[in-house]
Amino acid sequence: MATATRGEIFDKVQNTLVDALGVDADDVSSESTLSGDLGAESIDYLDIVFRLEKNFGIKIPRGDLFPENVMTDPQFVSGGKLTERGVEELRVRMPWANLDRLKDNANVQDLFTVEMIVNYVETKLSNN
Amino acid sequence: MRWLWIDKFVEFQSGRFARSVKNVSMAEEQLRDHFPGYPIMPNSLIIEGMAQTGGILVGEAQGFKNMVVLAKLSRVDFCDAALPGDQLTYEAKLVELNDEGAMVEGKAFVNGRPLATAEILFGHVDRSGASAVLNGRYASYRQELTHLLGVPDRAADATHGTEGALAASAAGPS
Repeated sequence: MATATRGEIFDKVQNTLVDALGVDADDVSSESTLSGDLGAESIDYLDIVFRLEKNFGIKIPRGDLFPENVMTDPQFVSGGKLTERGVEELRVRMPWANLDRLKDNANVQDLFTVEMIVNYVETKLSNN
Repeated sequence: MRWLWIDKFVEFQSGRFARSVKNVSMAEEQLRDHFPGYPIMPNSLIIEGMAQTGGILVGEAQGFKNMVVLAKLSRVDFCDAALPGDQLTYEAKLVELNDEGAMVEGKAFVNGRPLATAEILFGHVDRSGASAVLNGRYASYRQELTHLLGVPDRAADATHGTEGALAASAAGPS
């Protein structure tokens, strides 16, 4: 799996989300947000983590892919938007996430995209 | 009626696999209305039986330290039906487990024939928060569970956990 191309990783992530969320493959694009576009609820994030671990043979530590403790900390998120401290924290915690996309977005949940998962898996596989 | 949808465990491999059985009796209340004149074991209660088998497997795997909550049924498929007089066998295989929750593959058989398959996701709930919600309502199930598990010493050491596992199994999907 260490030699998987980005396209292969995307295909597997797409299948993972189809199974976990019951969405059509056509609905899953790189830009799709998990909550907004694909309808993921809180328990779905755990489901996605389990399936990614199984499908890619990787271990995902708690809070590594979806750092819920950052998202619920008022120091980092206020009124659904990341604070400056929150942005700094996530730049360290989630180097695979595109934080720039949040500049024009109100909801921090939009941070979780299909592309972010692909980036994360690519990073994990390259470190294996 | 007690919210127990398995009669006993017939195999229990800690942290890996569990198998239980449930005998469907014409005397059971749910068969009076499901359906009048044509009793069939409701699929929802067969799912509950798979979930109780899996929920206890998950709770026991961590010594019942966490309260286990049935959180999501990702997929359920049925290919047959169970009638009064039939014996149901439930199998639960623990696929994933961490501090947040667990995933279980469930199977149901009727008189040895395939009946249903399910992917079941359980969440772990902090015991202090959960106790406020559940308020000890499931305490009376402890003894039955001890008997079902056939591991009285372990259950006695984890009294709260035993309660939690049953409560979890009984919670139903959110």
